[in-house]
Amino acid sequence: MSSATQSLPIEISSLCKAYGSVKALDDVSLNIAAGEFLTLLGPSGSGKTTLLMALAGFSRPDSGSIRFGDQEVIATPPHKRGLGMVFQSYALFPFMTVAENVAYPLKIRGVSKSDQKTHAERALDTVQLGGYGDRRITQLSGGQRQRVALARAMVFEPQIILMDEPLSALDKQLREHMQIELKALHQKLDATVVYVTHDQREALTMSDRIAVVNHGRIEQVETPERLYRQPSSFFVADFVGESVSLPVKVANDTAQLGERALKSDSPIAQGSGGHRLVIRPELLEVTSGAVPETANDLSGHVHDIIYQGDSVLVIVQHDSAGQINVRVPANRAGQTGLPSKGERIGLALHPEDTIIVPEHAS
Amino acid sequence: MSAVEGYESAEALQNVSTLKSENHRERRTFLGLSMPAVLVVLVVVFLPVLWLSSLSFFNAAGELSSENYARIFKSELYLRTFVVTFQISVAVTVICVLVGYPLCYWLARMSDRNAAILMVFVLVPFWTSVLVRTYAWLVLLQRNGIINESMISMGIIDEPLQLAHNLTGSIIGMVHIMLPFLVLPLYATMRSVDTDLVRAAVGLGSSPRGAFWRVFFPMSLPGLFAGIVLVFILSLGFFVTPALLGGGRVQMLAQRIESTITIYSNWGAASALGVVLLLMALLMIWLMNRVFGLDKLFMR
Repeated sequence: MSSATQSLPIEISSLCKAYGSVKALDDVSLNIAAGEFLTLLGPSGSGKTTLLMALAGFSRPDSGSIRFGDQEVIATPPHKRGLGMVFQSYALFPFMTVAENVAYPLKIRGVSKSDQKTHAERALDTVQLGGYGDRRITQLSGGQRQRVALARAMVFEPQIILMDEPLSALDKQLREHMQIELKALHQKLDATVVYVTHDQREALTMSDRIAVVNHGRIEQVETPERLYRQPSSFFVADFVGESVSLPVKVANDTAQLGERALKSDSPIAQGSGGHRLVIRPELLEVTSGAVPETANDLSGHVHDIIYQGDSVLVIVQHDSAGQINVRVPANRAGQTGLPSKGERIGLALHPEDTIIVPEHAS
Repeated sequence: MSAVEGYESAEALQNVSTLKSENHRERRTFLGLSMPAVLVVLVVVFLPVLWLSSLSFFNAAGELSSENYARIFKSELYLRTFVVTFQISVAVTVICVLVGYPLCYWLARMSDRNAAILMVFVLVPFWTSVLVRTYAWLVLLQRNGIINESMISMGIIDEPLQLAHNLTGSIIGMVHIMLPFLVLPLYATMRSVDTDLVRAAVGLGSSPRGAFWRVFFPMSLPGLFAGIVLVFILSLGFFVTPALLGGGRVQMLAQRIESTITIYSNWGAASALGVVLLLMALLMIWLMNRVFGLDKLFMR
């Protein structure tokens, strides 16, 4: 049990699984690099958990291929896939102590008693639970149980670790703390991590890459920043981050909002169902004078101003297109020159922040 | 009361006596509400048991003596009754576990709807009179009963098997009657086992069989022990089924008590047997609790 283990890449191709007439997995293909932290992000019922369960071997797909490294595992039973798993419910064995829980995968693998002890202790140290080995599971808080589950999943140094919404049962503050901790832990471990969540912020915080899943299909696979700034479809743009969208007309590779042509740095992605302009509230610039020629002019009248602590949300009634949200920092710089309700406000949307997406990706 | 100590200001002490008397009134109300139940248990359970037990300390002449107990431990007949009672109870419990555990496991893995439907097959007999069910078994098991007749007509056996009026018949009938007492607590426990636990065990490398024995089985033990205790204790004092299906050849403790009263009208001796039976039951509960640590298994 040295650090000789190497993380494995995962290659999923043309995976299909139907429940009756519902396609839970609709021809899913995805390559995950060795050592990558990949998040499957999607609303409930999107198929992200089905995909994870297919990787784990608990759900048998109808067709397709899953390879860990160069080994086909599609027909391998779950206990022979050698995965570390963390469940939403933690799934800790309540009749065992913390140390017994963590040592479980080692015991199964016939590791000697003394080695079990040292490895379990080291794993508990890694998740900052050193000295908790003799406690009962029922004596631990939610966050501590989560750490035990993590320690148990990594104690046998698996090459791949699967996590099914492991933080969703924790309260907000602890969840955010654990996100940072998990990310740091992943950098220490040499393992490929596949992580499932419906929380877009969690996905953005932790992942190397995010695969957005919807209706059993993967809409887009990208790094957090590119996913946020260059969504491939309206679904991705809407699901990831805060946004307001307005319908636009596209002709000859230019988008038009009402009568005005929109300036955009990135080419307009093709798709079906018309196009929409996606506006991130924090990317709009409030201008004191006229909007510069280089930017798109989205000026209008202030409809409402909502104080939200860290920022102020200004709801603007655009001259023709409807309501637009603008987020300005709650510090003094953000507040100077901010017009009051009913007054006119200048809004500039710069070409590099102008996101135009098709309703459905092609 | 100590609740108001440590507060100095007058405001913190306002309404103290009103609130205190409200507390007392509430307590009196709850006490008053529970009194009828306490009285019923006292009058209907404790006093008769005490009175009946006290009979065992008097001999036929009405003098205080221990001869009723001495007879139990000296008489070959009584000792044999105890041994038989014990053997039958153990056999019934073991068979109930062997039949009931797989049954519960199967039920617990079903969808809620299917399990509810199949539970009816466990519960309807449970709600039917023991006497009716025992006679039904007599019809099935006797020499020219349905089971023997059909096995002979199918050519499986030539001579009818002796299934009723003996130990076999008693045990078959008792297992049928005791099974729900094992199934109900065991099923409830199995249903409450988080399926993610078994998945986690398999996901972490246990074979399905290993996950069952290392995770599911230990999680089901509280229900299993509860069922075993129920079945065993109830079997110890069982009367109707062994009396009817045993055909007089099987003498369990309850039957011995009955015959001691109806044939010999020796209330003292019968009472002594009853006391010993009660003590055996309590001892079993205590022992099982010690051995299996029921309180520890029901972790809180």
